[in-house]
Amino acid sequence: MAVLVVADHDNQALRDTTLKTVAAAQGLSNEIDVLVLGQGADGAAQAAARIAGVRKVLLAEGEPLGRMIAEAVEAVVVPLMAGYDALLVPSTSAGKNFAPRVAAKLDVMQLSDVVQVVDASTFVRPIYAGNALETVRSSDAKKVITVRPTAFKAVAGEGGSATVERLSASAEAPGTRFVNEEMVVSDRPELGAAKIVVSGGRALGSAEEFRAVIEPLADKIGAAVGASRAAVDAGYAPNDYQVGQTGKVVAPDLYIAVGISGAIQHLAGMKDSKVIVAINKDADAPIFQVADYGWVADYKTAIPALMEELGKGGN
Amino acid sequence: MKVLVPVKRVIDYNVKVRVKPDQSGVDLANVKMSMNPFDEIAVEEAVRLKEGKEHHAAGTATEIVVVSIGPAQAQETIRTALAMGADRGILIQHDATVEPLAVAKLLAQVVAEEQPGLVIMGKQAIDDDNNATGQMLAALLDWPQATFASKVELTGGGANVTREVDGGLQTLTVKLPAIVTTDLRLNEPRYASLPNIMKAKKKPIDVKSPADYGVDPTPRHMVLKVTEPAKRQAGIKVESAADLVMKLRNEAGVL
Repeated sequence: MAVLVVADHDNQALRDTTLKTVAAAQGLSNEIDVLVLGQGADGAAQAAARIAGVRKVLLAEGEPLGRMIAEAVEAVVVPLMAGYDALLVPSTSAGKNFAPRVAAKLDVMQLSDVVQVVDASTFVRPIYAGNALETVRSSDAKKVITVRPTAFKAVAGEGGSATVERLSASAEAPGTRFVNEEMVVSDRPELGAAKIVVSGGRALGSAEEFRAVIEPLADKIGAAVGASRAAVDAGYAPNDYQVGQTGKVVAPDLYIAVGISGAIQHLAGMKDSKVIVAINKDADAPIFQVADYGWVADYKTAIPALMEELGKGGN
Repeated sequence: MKVLVPVKRVIDYNVKVRVKPDQSGVDLANVKMSMNPFDEIAVEEAVRLKEGKEHHAAGTATEIVVVSIGPAQAQETIRTALAMGADRGILIQHDATVEPLAVAKLLAQVVAEEQPGLVIMGKQAIDDDNNATGQMLAALLDWPQATFASKVELTGGGANVTREVDGGLQTLTVKLPAIVTTDLRLNEPRYASLPNIMKAKKKPIDVKSPADYGVDPTPRHMVLKVTEPAKRQAGIKVESAADLVMKLRNEAGVL
């Protein structure tokens, strides 16, 4: 059987999520092709060709594909699936948008957010905000799978020498027109891929306080910034900072939760972090039940003290 | 324009989920059930389209039809939507699990019958966390889709939808009819007032079955087991910044 992985990239380079999705694909088959969709995406296609163990890279380009418009992606992917037994897509906002559309066109029930490949038709996936894991066997002839990247270890990005085949298939989205994109420009690492994440919660009390407390701490240790849903709902932080069931799922080496109580929906997004630090003045906050290092303290005094201590340098 | 809003009855957002000891699923006996939170946002947006609230012109929506697929108790979920301001309901009654693909097939039949100009629905149900039904419905109907909406503006024949995407926001214009799925920041759903709850009791709900629509709801996924994720152990408490930094550097090695 052959499987197709859709790459996540910025046209020039691949994101780590692609290497992790290839890792998931290895649980199904050794015949792995990678599809790069984009515009001016030669760099990403060349990078995909260097992934260890990839058989072939397919490249399809066009304006709607550069924006990952679901209808355009469907137009390219659905005909290709005649030659594949499974489609694996990283669970990014783009992947979550188009994968179910492809699945329905193939009359397949999607396997969403898979965290473990048991065999070619059996998978483990989280349900109820990660409070339960279900092991399901799919009876569909073809599988459409979105992969939770944090659950897989990236394959080597070098060592392969696959060929790149340019597809000429048209990819139109006649009913959808791209208007604009407002991306948050930041020098910080990307939330989903950062080694360290500093997150703030509702205790911060205002957007100004969030910026004044959380962001300098993050910058001091080269961390990405996250937030609880409560902080996002209250307007203290933008939505794309959100960590949890309905936001991003992260698994950094170090996760520092500041003024976050630890609702189950938040824990769903960060409990697989290697080391968790919780700073909260409420000693009974549920976040302490998952924290490796808990510090019962008011962030107002704790964070300045922590900044000063970090400023003293390492040993 | 008629607006169709699918809603799902799910375990209440605040309930602590317990996995059954026999690993057959999660325990739903005597557990509070509510409307899926994202679906509440969808109902609210439809009602605002009808009322002309916020940036919507009054009367943009003329009729709001709510549809739910589930057990007889899903009537309560439909009643909640009717109390918020929807006009009538359809219950497609089925006691067993209906997966997103079958739900989308049923909804496609309802769309064919009702001919709405817009379908607004939650991006994800908080029980199975699939995030798939809206996209699947769009595929089956060959309609444009605008998922994860944080702002919806109807224009003549189209909708400008701002979407929550990784790293920021994307705005698309979709031709109507289209599918819009809701994200958290689209609006804050209202609580139904007592008079509206009383009025909702008189609003009509049609009860149907999957067979009425010629759809086979048999699941494609067989659930082999449901387990609890590995529990994280609570660690130790630190008393000072110096203690914390020392431990992160020397003990955990992550700084």
